[in-house]
Amino acid sequence: MQAATVARAPSRRTRTAPPASRARARAWGFGALGLAALAALWELYKLLGPADGLVIGEVRVLPRTSDLAMPHIWETAGRLFEPVTRAEGARVLWLEVAIAASLTLGIAAAGWIVGVTVGLLLALVMQRWRLAESAALPWIILSQTVPLIAFAPVVKSWGSRIEIGAFEWQDWMSVAVIASYLAFFPVAVGALKGFQSPDRLHLELMRSYSVGWWQTMRYLRIPAAVPYLLPALRLAAANAVVGAVVAEVSTGLQGGIGRLVIQYAGQASGDPAKAWAPILGAIALGLIAAGSVALMGALARNYRRTEDAS
Amino acid sequence: MTESVITTDAVTVTAVDKVFEAAAGQVVALSGIDLVVEPGEFVSLIGPSGCGKSTLLRLIADLDTPSSGSVEVFGTSAHQARVDQKYGIAFQQAGLLPWRSVAANIALPLELHGSSSVETRERVAELIALVGLDDFGDRYPDELSGGMQQRVAIARALAKKPELLLMDEPFGALDEMTREYMQTELLRISAETGAAVVFVTHSIPEAVYLSDRVVVMSPRPGRIAAVVPMALGSTASRADDLREDGAFFEMITAVREALHGGAPASSARGVENR
Repeated sequence: MQAATVARAPSRRTRTAPPASRARARAWGFGALGLAALAALWELYKLLGPADGLVIGEVRVLPRTSDLAMPHIWETAGRLFEPVTRAEGARVLWLEVAIAASLTLGIAAAGWIVGVTVGLLLALVMQRWRLAESAALPWIILSQTVPLIAFAPVVKSWGSRIEIGAFEWQDWMSVAVIASYLAFFPVAVGALKGFQSPDRLHLELMRSYSVGWWQTMRYLRIPAAVPYLLPALRLAAANAVVGAVVAEVSTGLQGGIGRLVIQYAGQASGDPAKAWAPILGAIALGLIAAGSVALMGALARNYRRTEDAS
Repeated sequence: MTESVITTDAVTVTAVDKVFEAAAGQVVALSGIDLVVEPGEFVSLIGPSGCGKSTLLRLIADLDTPSSGSVEVFGTSAHQARVDQKYGIAFQQAGLLPWRSVAANIALPLELHGSSSVETRERVAELIALVGLDDFGDRYPDELSGGMQQRVAIARALAKKPELLLMDEPFGALDEMTREYMQTELLRISAETGAAVVFVTHSIPEAVYLSDRVVVMSPRPGRIAAVVPMALGSTASRADDLREDGAFFEMITAVREALHGGAPASSARGVENR
């Protein structure tokens, strides 16, 4: 949204209507430029920075520039296309990372769906009863101050005791629950704000139609909440990915990207470029998650007409 | 039985007081209001800011309840009239839902009350033609001018074929040219629908041009100072040339003097004289 606005401004001077496709190309161009700049900065610092980094007192404020700490960009990129290990029949590294990432993405998506559902329900209840809002909102905010690392093993041990008939708690579900724990928060807060966003005029109009709470919700509050909901959903998606990766590490779940980050970091002394592969994978995950939500936003364009106006 | 049907007024306000509780104490918004609006009649409420004209309209719409006295709409309580959708309402801001097209905005009250989609489509087409917005049904509110948005709001208010239309300064935010045009349009629409109209305004010429009767209100506490009948012929027969007619200016003078408690004063605070 912002990129489009930025891109539109200069074209007004040239007095040509900017086609949407050109604005989009420009946004992509700026994105690529940003990546290139980051890569250049990395290599430049590696070239010019002191080998032992910059240490002030006891604290190292700039990292070492050795190949061990900062492998060349092309080494990291090249490593992606080599096998994971020297063992016979080992997968190529990027594939190994992609498989792990897709497992994590699935868990994060499950966590996102649970988190969004819980967040929306909480917002509905808080909108319906003011008492619920004043009772629940402080706890919802407080919930986010609990450190995830402390929280994860508890969820895992609770989960392992759950067994209902044929249903047995799986380890990945603990990770999904933790992801949902991070995802529900922006949704609850954003949706509540959105549900409360209609002005008095619209509320009185609905009152003049003599319709009840649910119809006011359906025809007025929910559509009006869409511009608030989309950034919340995007934030929830990013949070769910972070939550899933961290929870994989702290619950020791095998097969996900979180596990790879730890595992490859342990091999970094012998193979420094390899350690960066799962980190790149985690970044790609976050982008995919946020991008999927942006796609949903494009579908809801009619509900966002006021965003452009303001 | 027959008699009661004949004498059912569109609006009957009897001995209404409205007191608001404020931090600084009680504010008497309305005091001792009696008013009858007959079916098909066009009545304007005019007065300076704080005279309670909008409050009175809100009481009729059952968006607020009187502190004492009674408000009846077509022989039932204002509350029942709202539940039965006996009136349509339009505010100063058009208040369209930005995510709905023009047609969908007009259809809103019909959808909310379970009209079939065929019925809704036909009625919306009628209304779009009535307010002169053909070809704009698929547009969105942000693509319309203020005057066009207000037409959509009027069409929406008329969707359920109400016999009473409540309007709270609906042209207040429009420029003068658009405003005069919309006034003439409103006369045509109200003649075509035959609905009674209660119209809040602070423009004297607007009240005179549109109304069968002008109810002049005074502030602190809000009360009815005078009711001035407009001797200008039926509202259905009025057109723009009336604005330059001598009788029109006489009526403007009559309303202005009523606003000043009978004395021909130079200006009324809070009331537009244009």
